[in-house]
Amino acid sequence: MTITMPQLGETVTEGTVAQWLKKPGDAIEKYEAFVEVSTDKVNAEVPSPVSGVLREIICKEGETVATGAPIAIIDEVGVEAPAPASEPAVPVVANATVAPVVAPVAANAPVATNGSSSGIHSGNGTSNGDLRRFSPAVRRLARAHHIDVASLRGTGTNGRVTASDVIAAANEGPSAAMAATILREPVPTQTMAAKAATQPPAGTSTYAEPVPGTIVPLSQARKIIAKRMVESLETAPHAWTMVEVDVTKLWRWRAQEKDKFLAEKGYALTLLPFFIYAVVQSLKKQPLLNAKFSDEGIHVARDYNIGIAIGLDTNLIVPVIRAADTLSIGGIAIAAGTLIEKARAGKLGADDLNGGTFTVNNTGANGSILSKPIINGGQAGIVTMEAVVKRPVVVDDAIAIRSIMNVCLSLDHRVIDGTIANAFLGDLKRRLEAMKPGGDL
Amino acid sequence: MAVASPSTVMNNVEAVRHTLYEALKNDERTLVLGEDVGARGNVFLITKGFIEEFGAERVIDTPLAEASIVGVAIGMAMEGLRPIAEIQFADFIYPAFNQIVGEAAKTRYRSNGDYTCPLVIRTPYGGGVRGALSHSVSIEALFYHVPGLKIVAPSFPSDIKGLLNAAIDDPDPVLFLEHKKTYRLVKGEVPSGHYTIPIGLADVKHPGDSLTVVSYGLYVHQAIEAAKRLADEGLSVEVIDLRSIRPMDRTTILASVRKTHKLLIVHEDNKFGGIGAEISAMVAEEALFELDAPIRRLCGPDVPAMGYALPLEEEFMVSTDEMAETMREMVRF
Repeated sequence: MTITMPQLGETVTEGTVAQWLKKPGDAIEKYEAFVEVSTDKVNAEVPSPVSGVLREIICKEGETVATGAPIAIIDEVGVEAPAPASEPAVPVVANATVAPVVAPVAANAPVATNGSSSGIHSGNGTSNGDLRRFSPAVRRLARAHHIDVASLRGTGTNGRVTASDVIAAANEGPSAAMAATILREPVPTQTMAAKAATQPPAGTSTYAEPVPGTIVPLSQARKIIAKRMVESLETAPHAWTMVEVDVTKLWRWRAQEKDKFLAEKGYALTLLPFFIYAVVQSLKKQPLLNAKFSDEGIHVARDYNIGIAIGLDTNLIVPVIRAADTLSIGGIAIAAGTLIEKARAGKLGADDLNGGTFTVNNTGANGSILSKPIINGGQAGIVTMEAVVKRPVVVDDAIAIRSIMNVCLSLDHRVIDGTIANAFLGDLKRRLEAMKPGGDL
Repeated sequence: MAVASPSTVMNNVEAVRHTLYEALKNDERTLVLGEDVGARGNVFLITKGFIEEFGAERVIDTPLAEASIVGVAIGMAMEGLRPIAEIQFADFIYPAFNQIVGEAAKTRYRSNGDYTCPLVIRTPYGGGVRGALSHSVSIEALFYHVPGLKIVAPSFPSDIKGLLNAAIDDPDPVLFLEHKKTYRLVKGEVPSGHYTIPIGLADVKHPGDSLTVVSYGLYVHQAIEAAKRLADEGLSVEVIDLRSIRPMDRTTILASVRKTHKLLIVHEDNKFGGIGAEISAMVAEEALFELDAPIRRLCGPDVPAMGYALPLEEEFMVSTDEMAETMREMVRF
């Protein structure tokens, strides 16, 4: 049977053969991974739909083809090798065609129905035609809970996604629903991170050695970052605003606590957890910022999953602190510390990278006092914490030396307007300025 | 004459007898009429001894003439009595069809409310008892289509008493169906004293989460048995006993389907144009977006009658094994 490029995710239209795990002539068990495919969302090993022998590789490593396009032919055990196609006009959607070579399916061709006369599911992984028919209940529940139903692993007959599967996923939260999948909703924040994670992140640069006068080839991760940045800027009209925050008291509080915290908990107490804590509280007041734009409406996230941008020497990665609204400042410090350690060790898993609903970028760590971040696609905003700088400021008609931090917000203007953005920043500023020694960690 | 002490265990036939006896004793307007209800005391001995206690004017042996039984009862009902007519077997009800559908069901409407027809027609129905072509039929769907008629088919002793009392109290005609195989098979506690169960109220007889099974009559008991087997396998099935076929308890059915997202209807009457078809349509209209699986029906086949030969009868009846297997498929679907 002809194996086609699987559709790894609902909106994915093409995939790249990253690596063949089998070579022609190799025996393959049903469900055994035989090829690794990378898309702009995931790297995935593709299980064989049948037991047999790999007869022919159609799509070489590094080649990118449309989903549904043939990539290999497997001779099924117990099924005679098909004769060469006698009918020239094979409908492009019949993905179970036995023709050894078929023109690539148009990128936006409808998902093929399973036309396999043997009754065996044809080669697009779990995205089999039958399985992609969802019951009314599943559709309704998935819509209500903002769950990408195509991404769920079904527990029903023949892997059908059941209403219970959707409810279970909803109970775990949208992020968990996604993590439980092999096929994911596009969440670009994590996309590049996920990409980086599937490759050895630490030590593997997204660049080749930059030799003056030559072109540095684009790695897959670099391509994705480039694509996503352009996409975000093109689709989400970015508006930008900034507030100054007086963190003098907060700075003092943190200074008093940090040694003890490190000794007791083993993690550094930076300004980041204080900031994330305040951000979450302010997001709760302005849930439209913890949201995502779509044509059907604004999906207001159920969870507060805060992505934290971590700049590595070689790469940028955005792991996610899940359910940050359930954590104390100290809890956030530990969660963030754990993620940073994992990121540096190259140990971040897909679960660490999925499901962010809002992003915090600690640009101040590099000394920046002003930045204009690009929103991670699929979110409504990104907020930065700039460097804390001592400045002379006017307090009660006197000049005082205070620790000032700029906080910058890029927002998707389709989702919210300046009023909400400024309400959010104003609230955030008040919360940060109210933090002082003796508060609850 | 045996009279129930508080909460007595009875079988279904005893529950009918007990309720009729109490009705005759407590309300002078009530009377029973039908073939062999008097001297013979009914073929199932439901009214045995009644004629001696209440007299031949209130326990009336009729000729073998079902149109007359119902026609006479309609007249009695319109003039203030509370007749409880009996059709000896549901298979014999056809001659009375015109009286039931053309007269009784239309009385209130035709008289613009001046007359009502507080008539109860009791009849044993159903198969699985080697009753052959003339003692096995289910007739509910024939009357289901008719506005103005209520149809009840309880199959637990306590439900029988509550619904038979409600039928006698009801100002309009009620067809009261008694599955004859449950007559002596099913036993249960029956509270003493007069009580009614509202007509049109279903009852969840076995609660569950993963599949709604709607049934009535004999099959409720089999469905509960099947649901218990599945519970042992860790599969949770809810069994609803309709009790009243018409009016249909939409609320209970829909609430259950909204919980389980799956619906199986099981009835002995033929599938085509049967009760299950109406329930399916109702759920599809009201709760399509709750459904996580195609609605399924396990019903009698479309053959003219239940044969006498055991293989023919078994072929007609839905076995508990079949119910359990279908439930399994649906829960796992």
